[in-house]
Amino acid sequence: MTTTQSTEVPTQAALPPATSAAVRVQNAVIKYGFIFVTVALFLYFALSEGSFRESATLLDTLRYVSVAAILGLGVTFTMAVGGMDMSVGAVAGLGVSVAAQTMVVLNQVGTVAILAVLAAGAVAGLLNALLIVVLKIPDMLATLGTMFVIQGGKLILVDGQSITPGMTMSDGSTAPGRFTEGFLKIDRGTVLGVPISVLIFGGLTVAAWVFLARTRWGRVLYAIGANPEASRLAGIRVGAHRALAYVVSGVLASVGGLILASRIGQGDVSAGASQLLEAVAVALVGTSVLGRGRPNVWGTALGAVLIGVITTGLTIKGLPYYTQDVVEGAVLILALVFSFTLSKRRTA
Amino acid sequence: MSPTEPAEPVDLAEPAGPAPAVTLADVSMAFGGRTVLASVSLDIAPGSVVALLGANGAGKSTLIKILSGVHPGHGGRIRVDGAPVVLDSPLAARRLGIQTVHQRIGEGVVPGLSVAENLVFEELAQRRGNPFVSGRATLARAREIQAGLGLDWSDAVLKRDVTELGISDRQLLILARALATRPRLLVLDEPTSALSAAEAKRLFALVARMREDGIAVLYVSHRLGEIDALADRLVVLRDGLLTDDQARPFDWDAALRAMLAQAQEATTARPVRAGVRGETLLSLRGVRLFAGRAPLDLDLRAGEVTGVVGLLGAGKTELARGLFGAEPFPAGAVELDGAAYAPRRPADAIRAGVHLVPEDRHTDALVPGWSVARNVSLPFLKSLSRGGLVSRSREDALGRDTIGALGVVARDEHSTVEELSGGNQQKVVVGRWLAATPRVLILDEPFRGVDIGARRDIGRRARALAAEGAAVLVLSADVDEVLEVADRVVVLAGGEVHLDAYGEDAERDRVIQTISASV
Repeated sequence: MTTTQSTEVPTQAALPPATSAAVRVQNAVIKYGFIFVTVALFLYFALSEGSFRESATLLDTLRYVSVAAILGLGVTFTMAVGGMDMSVGAVAGLGVSVAAQTMVVLNQVGTVAILAVLAAGAVAGLLNALLIVVLKIPDMLATLGTMFVIQGGKLILVDGQSITPGMTMSDGSTAPGRFTEGFLKIDRGTVLGVPISVLIFGGLTVAAWVFLARTRWGRVLYAIGANPEASRLAGIRVGAHRALAYVVSGVLASVGGLILASRIGQGDVSAGASQLLEAVAVALVGTSVLGRGRPNVWGTALGAVLIGVITTGLTIKGLPYYTQDVVEGAVLILALVFSFTLSKRRTA
Repeated sequence: MSPTEPAEPVDLAEPAGPAPAVTLADVSMAFGGRTVLASVSLDIAPGSVVALLGANGAGKSTLIKILSGVHPGHGGRIRVDGAPVVLDSPLAARRLGIQTVHQRIGEGVVPGLSVAENLVFEELAQRRGNPFVSGRATLARAREIQAGLGLDWSDAVLKRDVTELGISDRQLLILARALATRPRLLVLDEPTSALSAAEAKRLFALVARMREDGIAVLYVSHRLGEIDALADRLVVLRDGLLTDDQARPFDWDAALRAMLAQAQEATTARPVRAGVRGETLLSLRGVRLFAGRAPLDLDLRAGEVTGVVGLLGAGKTELARGLFGAEPFPAGAVELDGAAYAPRRPADAIRAGVHLVPEDRHTDALVPGWSVARNVSLPFLKSLSRGGLVSRSREDALGRDTIGALGVVARDEHSTVEELSGGNQQKVVVGRWLAATPRVLILDEPFRGVDIGARRDIGRRARALAAEGAAVLVLSADVDEVLEVADRVVVLAGGEVHLDAYGEDAERDRVIQTISASV
């Protein structure tokens, strides 16, 4: 019949046969532009600043971005089903407080704290799923609501105070527990010189990629994001899969909370708030990587690395810390131009 | 675009009378190489109601959009009161006196504004001079506008939020607003689709008054009863061509034939088949397609292609979606192979071997941006996976099989569906459901927007599937499409069966007459 034997196996939408050189250049810019920018910036910082080249600096950069990156992976899951999770920062902050409460106030070991934090993340994800899937509230609004509820609920849990080892509790006694050595190693420990938090980031990135890109469940999540009604009529349990995406996002956010708690070493009530925008930005930047225009795991991971490179580089260059937001915002907007304006023009 | 030869001999005798309010000459429209409107010429006289009929996809909505200024890129010429005009924006159309009341009433009113503000909305939107809006002036002008339609809403009603009005009152509001501009031509698109019988009567009285006021009305509807009551003339659109043009008294059989039937060539090609009458596979008992309508009994037999014909609103899509569990029937029992079958969601139906090719492939079947192989495999990922990992080689093989079996014209199984033509997209959607050898395959309007070659390929596969022992159900508004593929023809109207005939008994004219008698 009309099948043509193909020699190469393109996974992307192949280009039309007759493409002019200009179009090809434009397509290459859209596809590899962001990777190019990341590499170019990296080389610029590495060549101009000696301290940037040290492996400790590079690993510190990755350690720094690991929390936003892992939260961004969760956001990527919810974006895959056509949604969004604005509560990831609050869930990470909740994780910090739950970890501190479990170890410092309840005097439990690190393993118990880890399980409690992960459970809290799963419950937060289930709450989002309930609001979005069962009660049909738009994703952005529902997760904004849970963000406030979780932030406020966390304050009630800890009486509005940051939990520090050895602090005086409301009944006058001294807090019995402390952050265990093992727990503190999550962010401070290394394996073969690589911080454990960076290993967690790498491991979760690979796992999330396998799940979203290679398994049937990941395929179904993307199908729902692209056309929910067609998915339903193809026999897919749309509601259950959307709920799954929010639960995964909640659990990933709580993993970010574990790293954050280990990094701070106390139950800082303000922790996590600043992570939300970075996580969303990282996932959005990710949509532009490889010119896919849709959420993808490698894009999110690379977006996090890019933001880390920029932040570290500019800090070494001596830019004050308060200029970071402007730079990150500009990167996000540039990425969105790639994702929406340029790739739309290509398909038009 | 050069004028093509007339579609079919059309009575061109113009009614002697006043000069036409609006004249269309060789108006055409194509989207991406596909001709939607071939060459339409039409005069609409002032003070006359012209009814426009046509099946889905005949080009009606394109014609309406051209008249309301949405498609400036159309071919041909348009005149208003004899003067050539360019309808390049909705505002231009309105300024030239062409007002369109769209089918979706919700889109015509602005929620959050009062009834009065909605009545004066167009003047508000283009008012020059005083930028301040006075509530009193708005109310006064709103009173004038509603009086023009003989409405007597109190000030209390006028001050309410427009969303507190019922659907028919909202429509009257839109009509009043349209008439306030003293249009030359008023286009009414399916104006009664959301109205009760009493509300529709009120609308008919208003249309009669407009005619007396010398307004030309283009009345688009599929309800023959309304057209019989209102229209001075009817024209039929089919595949982008005017295929009939009648003055009163109307010949309904001819109109329906012009609306539903293919060119003769296509039908004579159909081989006459004797009825197969296999074992009953799926049996419906007391099933109601619409709440409050009479129940229906129907048996679908193995080895047969059953064609269901009916106009829009006959219950075809309800039948398909009910059997597939997408929207359960309001009442009734279904048995599959002698066992109770009550799918609560499509997944249940698919597991039982009942598959549906839905009416609208873009909204209900295809995943945009995905390859042919991925679109085909979506319902069957479980059987293509091991330990949750999708086997790409097996998925690609499935894609290639589908391309081969249906003759899909595509570079390969990795082509995205957007790269395919409409007919080939449809083959992919049909082919998807053949991948797992269904026991019952339901095809809802499978040939819409599909060229004759693709139609034959899909029909051939449907017949082959029936020959393997499946029950195939083809639902369509097009008589000839159904006759071409079916062993047995069922005519559906208002959720009830009006004809159920095999082979030669399901003769074309008999089917058309049954449809025309049922409306």
